[in-house]
Amino acid sequence: MAAITKQQIGSLLAKQGILIAFIAFLIGFTIANPKFLTPDNVLSVIRSSAILGVMALGVTFVVISGNLDLSVGSMMSFSTIVVLDLHDKIGPALAIPAMFAMTLALGALIGFLVGYLKLNSLIVTLGMLSAIHGLTLTYSGGKNMDIADKEGTWFSVFGQGTALGLPVPILMFVAVAAFLGLVLGKTSFGRKVYAVGGNGTAATFSGIPRARTVFMCYLISAACVATAGLIQASRSLGSQNTVGQGLELEVLAAVILGGASLLGGSGTIFKTVIGVLILGFIQNGLLLIGLQFYVQFIVTWVIIILAVWLDIAAKRGKLWSPIA
Amino acid sequence: MKPGTVSAALKSGAIWGFIVLELIFFSIAGEFFSLSDKAFMDWDNMLLLLKQSAPIGIIAMGMTIVMVNGNIDLSVGATFAIAAIVLLDSMTWPLFAGLGDWVIPVAWVLALAVGTLLGALNGLIVWKTGVDAFIVTLGAMLGYRGIVFMFNGEQPTSHLNWTLVDFAEAKFLGLATASWFLLAATFVIWFIMTKTVHGRNAYAIGDNREAAVNAGIRVGPHMMINFAIIGFLAALSAVVFYSESGSVNPNDGQLYELWVITAVVLGGTKITGGAGSVIGTFGGVIAIQLLRKGLGHIGADTSTVNLVIGLILVAVLILDRQLNMKGKEELKV
Repeated sequence: MAAITKQQIGSLLAKQGILIAFIAFLIGFTIANPKFLTPDNVLSVIRSSAILGVMALGVTFVVISGNLDLSVGSMMSFSTIVVLDLHDKIGPALAIPAMFAMTLALGALIGFLVGYLKLNSLIVTLGMLSAIHGLTLTYSGGKNMDIADKEGTWFSVFGQGTALGLPVPILMFVAVAAFLGLVLGKTSFGRKVYAVGGNGTAATFSGIPRARTVFMCYLISAACVATAGLIQASRSLGSQNTVGQGLELEVLAAVILGGASLLGGSGTIFKTVIGVLILGFIQNGLLLIGLQFYVQFIVTWVIIILAVWLDIAAKRGKLWSPIA
Repeated sequence: MKPGTVSAALKSGAIWGFIVLELIFFSIAGEFFSLSDKAFMDWDNMLLLLKQSAPIGIIAMGMTIVMVNGNIDLSVGATFAIAAIVLLDSMTWPLFAGLGDWVIPVAWVLALAVGTLLGALNGLIVWKTGVDAFIVTLGAMLGYRGIVFMFNGEQPTSHLNWTLVDFAEAKFLGLATASWFLLAATFVIWFIMTKTVHGRNAYAIGDNREAAVNAGIRVGPHMMINFAIIGFLAALSAVVFYSESGSVNPNDGQLYELWVITAVVLGGTKITGGAGSVIGTFGGVIAIQLLRKGLGHIGADTSTVNLVIGLILVAVLILDRQLNMKGKEELKV
C-alpha cells in the first residue's frame, strides 16, 4: 500500500512538479514580502520576462523535435539592430517585415543544415551563434544603433505601449503563446514535432517528413526571435550589438525548467511559460527580499538541476542515478 | 587495410592540411592587404601565436577528454574567472602577509584547488543525479558566474606581483611561459588518454556506455575525474594568463566555452563521444588562433573573425558528414 502511494506521489511530482514548485515559490515570496503578489509587481515581472519568454516559446519547438538552438541570442541582436537601422532608412512599416524576412532566412539556413543535412544541432547553432554575431557587427560596423527621432515614431508601441489596460509586450507574449500552444497541442504538425523528437527513426518509418518538420521548428524559432527583437528594439529605440548575448542559455534554462527533455519528445508551451515565469519571479522575488542581484544566478543554478533531477528521479522511481 | 582507414586518415590529417592552407593564404594575402611590412610567417609571430593560444588551448585539452567521455562542460569560462579571482585576491590576504614571494605558489595551489573542486562538483552531480552534463554545466555556468559577481560586483579584481609578472613574461628556450604550460598540458592529457587505463575507459564509456558498464567499467568515477581535470585546466589557464595581466574583470572568460568547443570540434572530436584526440585538438586550437591572427594581419576586424569561424565550424560538419556517409550506408543494410 505504502509503495503505491509513493509511486503516486512520484508520478504526480513528475507530471506537475514544476507547477507545484512554482506555487510554493509564490507563497514563500509573498510571505517574505507582501508587495510580491500585487498586480503592479506581477505585471512588471511578466513584462520584463516577455522578450525571453517569446524566444523560449520558439526554442520549445526545437527542443521537442530533439534539437538545440544556441543561436537565438545572437539572432535576436541581429534582428534588433536590423530593424533599428531600417527604421530610419525605409520607415517602420517596411522595416518590420524586412527584418522578419532576414531573420527567417537565417532560421531557414539553420533548419536546412540541421533538418535536411542532418548535422548536429548543438555545433551548427554554436557556429551560427558566432557567425550571426559577426554578421551583426559587419552590418552595423560595430557601432550602436539608434533611432534618430525617438519621440515622433509609432514604432515604440510594441515595447512601451499599452492596450486593453495591459502592456503590449505582455499581450504579444500571450498571443504568441496561445497561438503556438494551439499549433503544438492541437494540430497534426504539433504531433509530428513530438513524433520526430520522441523517436526519429520510428517517425520516418511512419511516413512523417522528419527533415521538413525540423526545418519548420527552426523557422518558428526564428519568427519568435524576430518578435523578441521587435519588442527589444521598440522598448529601447536604440541598441548595442550584443543586446542578446547570453540569452540563448537563459532561454534554454527556462525551457528545461518547464520540463522539456533535451532528448526531445516532451515539453509543452504551457510548461515553458511556467518556466519563464519561474525565472522572472525568482529574479524579482530575490531582489524584493533584499538579496544581491547576482544571487539569482546561483539560485537558478540550483533550481535547474533540482528540477531536472526530480523529474528524471520520478520517472525512474529512484532518487540516485543507477550509474555505477 | 581496415575499412574506413582512408576516411579516418583524411579526417585526422584534415586539420593540419587546413593549417597549411591558412598559412599559405595569409602569407600571400598579406603581401597585398597587410598594413605592416612584416611577413606573416615570421618565426617570432608564430611563437607569439603559440603563446596567445595558451588560455583557450589549455582548457581545450580538458574539453577533449570530457567530450571523448561523452559529456560536455559549459562552465569552464566561469571556472576560469573564479580561479583568476582566487589567484589574485589570495595574494593580498593578511593570512599570507608574512610569506613574501612564497605567497605565489600558495596562491597558485589555492586557485588550482578551487578549479579542481568546481569541476569535480559538476562531475559528482552528473554521476549521482544522472542529469545530463549539458544541463548540469549550463546551470553551473550561471551559478559560478554568479559567485564571480558576488565577490566584487562589477568591479575588477587587481593585484600585481612583479615577481609573478617576471615569471609569466620569462622565456625558456625561446618559448614563453604560457607556451610551455600549453605544451605540458597537451602532453599530460595525451599521455592520460592514450597510455593509461583511465584514458582507455574514457573512450569506451563515450563510445558505448552500456557496453562499458557490462564490461565492468565504473562509469561514474571516470566521469568525475574528467570533470575534475577540466576544472583543474580551466584554473591552470587562468593562473597562466592572470599571472601576467594581474587584473580580472567579472565578465572575463565569457564565451570561452564556445571557443574551446569550436577548437575541439575542429580538431575532430565527436560531440557524441568515443572519438577524438588531443593532437587533433592541438591542431584545432592553432587553426583558430591562426585564423584570428591572420584575419587581423590582412586588416579584417573581429566581426569577420566571428563570421568566418562560425561558417568554418559548419563547413567542417558538412565535410565530416560526407566522409562518414559511405560507412553509414553500409551499416544501414
